[in-house]
Amino acid sequence: MSAAPEWKNPVVKWIDHRLPVFTFTHHSLIDYPTPRNLNYWWNFGSLAGVVLVILIGTGLFLAMHYNPSVDHAFDSVERIMRDVNYGWLMRYMHANGASMFFLVVYIHMFRALYYGSYRAPREVLWFIGLFIFLAMMATAFVGYTLPWGQMSFWGATVITNLFSVVPFFGDAIVQWLLGGFAVDNPTLNRFFAFHFLLPFVIFGLVFLHLWALHVHKSNNPLGVDIKTDGDTIPFHPYYTAKDAFGLGVFLIFYFAFAFFAPNYLGHPDNYIPANALVTPPEIVPEWYFLPFYAILRAVPDNFIDIWGILPILVTAKTAGVILMFASIIVLFFLPWLDRSPVRSAKFRPIYKQLYWLFLADCIVLGWVGANPPEGTMLVIGRIATLYYFVHLLVFMPLLSRYEKTRPLPDSISAAVTPQGSSQSAQAQGA
Amino acid sequence: MADTSTTTAEGHEHEEDRRDFLLTSTIVVGAAGVALAAWPFIDFMNPSADVLALASLEFDLSSMEPGQAVTVTWRNKPVFIRRRTAAEIDEAKKVPLSDLKDPQADADRVKEGKDEWLVMIGICTHLGCIPAGQKVTDSKGEFGGWFCPCHGSHYDTSGRIRKGPAPRNLEIPPYAFTNDTTVRIG
Repeated sequence: MSAAPEWKNPVVKWIDHRLPVFTFTHHSLIDYPTPRNLNYWWNFGSLAGVVLVILIGTGLFLAMHYNPSVDHAFDSVERIMRDVNYGWLMRYMHANGASMFFLVVYIHMFRALYYGSYRAPREVLWFIGLFIFLAMMATAFVGYTLPWGQMSFWGATVITNLFSVVPFFGDAIVQWLLGGFAVDNPTLNRFFAFHFLLPFVIFGLVFLHLWALHVHKSNNPLGVDIKTDGDTIPFHPYYTAKDAFGLGVFLIFYFAFAFFAPNYLGHPDNYIPANALVTPPEIVPEWYFLPFYAILRAVPDNFIDIWGILPILVTAKTAGVILMFASIIVLFFLPWLDRSPVRSAKFRPIYKQLYWLFLADCIVLGWVGANPPEGTMLVIGRIATLYYFVHLLVFMPLLSRYEKTRPLPDSISAAVTPQGSSQSAQAQGA
Repeated sequence: MADTSTTTAEGHEHEEDRRDFLLTSTIVVGAAGVALAAWPFIDFMNPSADVLALASLEFDLSSMEPGQAVTVTWRNKPVFIRRRTAAEIDEAKKVPLSDLKDPQADADRVKEGKDEWLVMIGICTHLGCIPAGQKVTDSKGEFGGWFCPCHGSHYDTSGRIRKGPAPRNLEIPPYAFTNDTTVRIG
């Protein structure tokens, strides 16, 4: 867009000539050209960034009073809650912040699915996003172990045991992960170390994510490329103001939980100190892992009888683990599974319907994950798991081929400005 | 935006004022919010309730003989308790205040009627070392009280600085006698 700004302040000018941080910031946050038609679903990227910073900030402070030892971890968390100044606030901001991070990122991902933001040329941007998601899952998992309650302990036990399905080396890998024969002090210590490290890895990935974003700029609700300067507006003040407004609304929602329902999203069993000899009657992960938990438990025990293949290597347990990892890996192939000439669901009448069905399917999976895998629940879980993969692996490629898409506007500005309104009115009326 | 082009110069001026007001008030409210949000983080690092709860200590003096000194730990700091002999008390009382670097009468450093008992934080006011003088074998310095080996500060039998780099007398912690033979520190 505009050329490099002229810096008037001599100190700024001197530094910028040697290290152009000011010019860089100006280009990426001030006059950065942004599609003029972004809706509120585009607020969730910046919200995720803010929550990440809040999580790192509160986490750093919690680490000042937390004691990662099996003898003291639970008590040190209770001490933070009762004795440390504002410790309750720090911990509730952190625990609910994790939930908010996942919520915001899920909305961000479903926005990308709706508007085709993963499509060329933004595949690498999508990949980095998925890596951030994987790093978030790892961080949340090891972090949940730290309070050393019953759910912490047994969640860590169950999830690390997933790796026992690896052929031949499974048990050795589990022992290596745990640093022992069961979850114990070495496990807690290393989980704390990783829980401190991984958020900074996420932070680095976020920079790559933004770098990739700024190469081809933001996608937009129409899914058409930026063609002229008229299609964009500068990031500041238009989107800084809009992001700030969205942040205000989001913080009210977030702190409604932190202040008034701080344990609503948690499990009461985690206020029972870890006991290596008693498993709670029901192990349930945090809400943001429930859909994946449902997929893990969906495979029937008689799977082998039905298929009659490799009964030694692929047991129901193994297949469940493979399916759970596959449910995320398949997302990496999305840019090639979806080959529609049109990005945005706005112009894809059938995909638009299936999109909502897919979203509903993910919510059903979450609901199933929260319940014991018995009777009807198990059947629903299996159907929902099947549909998850059918949507991504069958419907997406078929739609790309057979769906009749609606006509695209010539450009962003043609669709949103008065001159272009006649065209877009026709498109809307269709 | 379309309005701007049709407004007069005066009207335009007016709009700039309103915009400036909005910008300034946004910045002020935002800064106030950040400052309020910063306080829990700052206070989080202050001593917690359990640390403060361990901040008082009771000590039984009944077994101490005149001339004997005991060191107890209070708030992770050494506290010197000394049952002074009559000679030591006399010596402390007759020093003219004009001789003192940090003038304070001996009576102001002990509880009324409890001249025998000197209770002080045993940390040199210079750079935080622990002065010698509690043990029988320790050097008590030139004034028969305490002597800090780090930089050579001499304290008298009232714990007042008499010679050396320390700027102030040894600090008296808050304490009270709960009965004739028990002292509660903190």
